Amino acid sequence: MEEIRTDVLVVGGGPAGLSAAAEAASAGADVLIAEGDLHLGGQLVKQSHKFFGSKDEFAGTRGFEIARLLRDEIAQCGDHVKIMLNTTVSGYYPDEKLVTAMVGEEEYVHISPKKIVLASGAQERLIPFPNNDLPGVYGAGAVQTLMNVYGVTPGKRVLMIGAGNIGLIVSYQLLQAGVEVAAILEAMPRIGGYWVHAAKVRRLGVPILLRHSISRAIGGDVVTGAMVCELDEKFAPVGEPQKVDCDTICLAVGLTPSNELLWQAGCKMKYVPFLCGHVPFRDKNMRTSNSDIWMAGDVCGIEEASAAMIEGRIAGMSAAASLGFKVSSENFEGCHARLHNLRAGEVGEKIRIGVSGVTVDGWEANV
Amino acid sequence: MDLIERHPILDFSHGEKVSFSFDGRDMEGFEGEPIAMALHANGVRIYRKTPEMRRPRGFFCAIGKCSSCFMVVDGVPNVRTCVTPLKSGMKVETQNGRGRVNLFAEEAS
Ligand SMILES: Cc1cc2nc3c(=O)[nH]c(=O)nc-3n(C[C@H](O)[C@H](O)[C@H](O)COP(=O)(O)OP(=O)(O)OC[C@H]3O[C@@H](n4cnc5c(N)ncnc54)[C@H](O)[C@@H]3O)c2cc1C
Repeated sequence: MEEIRTDVLVVGGGPAGLSAAAEAASAGADVLIAEGDLHLGGQLVKQSHKFFGSKDEFAGTRGFEIARLLRDEIAQCGDHVKIMLNTTVSGYYPDEKLVTAMVGEEEYVHISPKKIVLASGAQERLIPFPNNDLPGVYGAGAVQTLMNVYGVTPGKRVLMIGAGNIGLIVSYQLLQAGVEVAAILEAMPRIGGYWVHAAKVRRLGVPILLRHSISRAIGGDVVTGAMVCELDEKFAPVGEPQKVDCDTICLAVGLTPSNELLWQAGCKMKYVPFLCGHVPFRDKNMRTSNSDIWMAGDVCGIEEASAAMIEGRIAGMSAAASLGFKVSSENFEGCHARLHNLRAGEVGEKIRIGVSGVTVDGWEANV
Repeated sequence: MDLIERHPILDFSHGEKVSFSFDGRDMEGFEGEPIAMALHANGVRIYRKTPEMRRPRGFFCAIGKCSSCFMVVDGVPNVRTCVTPLKSGMKVETQNGRGRVNLFAEEAS
């Protein structure tokens, strides 16, 4: 079997991974990016809206344009960065420090990296209801991929579950693609996402039903509708469920870190509700308890692309520095300051609390 | 095909149009785009039937993680069609149950 050697292996080519690769390569390291999908950019390629966040982190620029800027930066690194697409990292063998990856569906390769940056992002949550496995029940990210990346209409009439930012933004994007949105359901008594996004869909006449949820999907072989119910303070259904006609049910009920490889590598983990799942302990340079592995982005806690890019830069620099490549301390400090600013204030509070519970001063003292 | 014709922000640059078959029916899709997207654009919603309950399954996560869109492609079962690029002449089939790997296929051919 072919064995590929590299200084730094970056798993995942989203905003975190691309930023890590760019930093490690510009410090002089040879980098391999393994990306499971057919293109680089991760979640960014499906985001057609202008990003919120800090100006330093491209706020006001559309997601897919940020992806293009990051790809340009990678192209500038020339031969220092190799890219393997359609390559899913599937295993990590700590004894041999060996990584296995699937290229397409039938070919396996071994990768032998000196250091690893895991930037595998997140996957969507599913909620339980009868018939939630019927074709037509789709994750919000999947709906975005269909319509924003490949230009395929996901359906004619969509019921959206979840009024967080993702549910609101994807509803608006569905309307832009000419798809009807029957309603947005939200179990909580208030809208979770930003007000601007909610206002946009309300202005276009889409009802946002608070304290409502789906009680079942209807359909024989494919979705033809849904039963919708009102919830009381304890989230128990009240009254008669109402039928909504739709051919697509879109779940925007949150993400959870894609942390399988971190578990395999034996990284010290903790369940942190504010970071949306099990996440690894880290030092301030994003190194995990496994001294060969760094991580960045949604895989270490669901946050935003802006934070993912800075964490990626820190992880990439730190991994390169551990191999003896020169990285200026100014760059490190600059990134730490940007991350600090991004998480300042009320919006960043949960993240701050979450992150501080899994951050260690340094590994030697703690392992 | 169910494609978005006009969009206020996005321009879709599709690859070359190619033919493939789905359960013996001829269909068209764009080369290099995932098989699952091509099927969806052709109105196909059911990609496999589960082994025990025979429940229909289709597109779901689109990032190669959930196994909902496993199909038999050119005889190979359990292909993640949401991240496998379409090629001209591909033979795509609904997967019934777990799928069978034909270990003797190479010797036979
Ligand atoms: C609708 C929506 C709107 C958003 N709006 C904003 C916004 O306005 N501002 C903002 O800052 N953020 C926003 N975000 C969040 C932002 O997109 C994510 O936080 C960001 O993309 C996380 O980056 P990442 O690199 O960690 O992960 P991802 O972007 O998810 O990238 C991970 C990559 O890793 C690959 N991968 C996973 N596992 C493997 C493996 N085993 N082997 C190889 N490759 C693998 C995946 O294919 C993927 O390409 C939004 C998200 C959504 C869904």
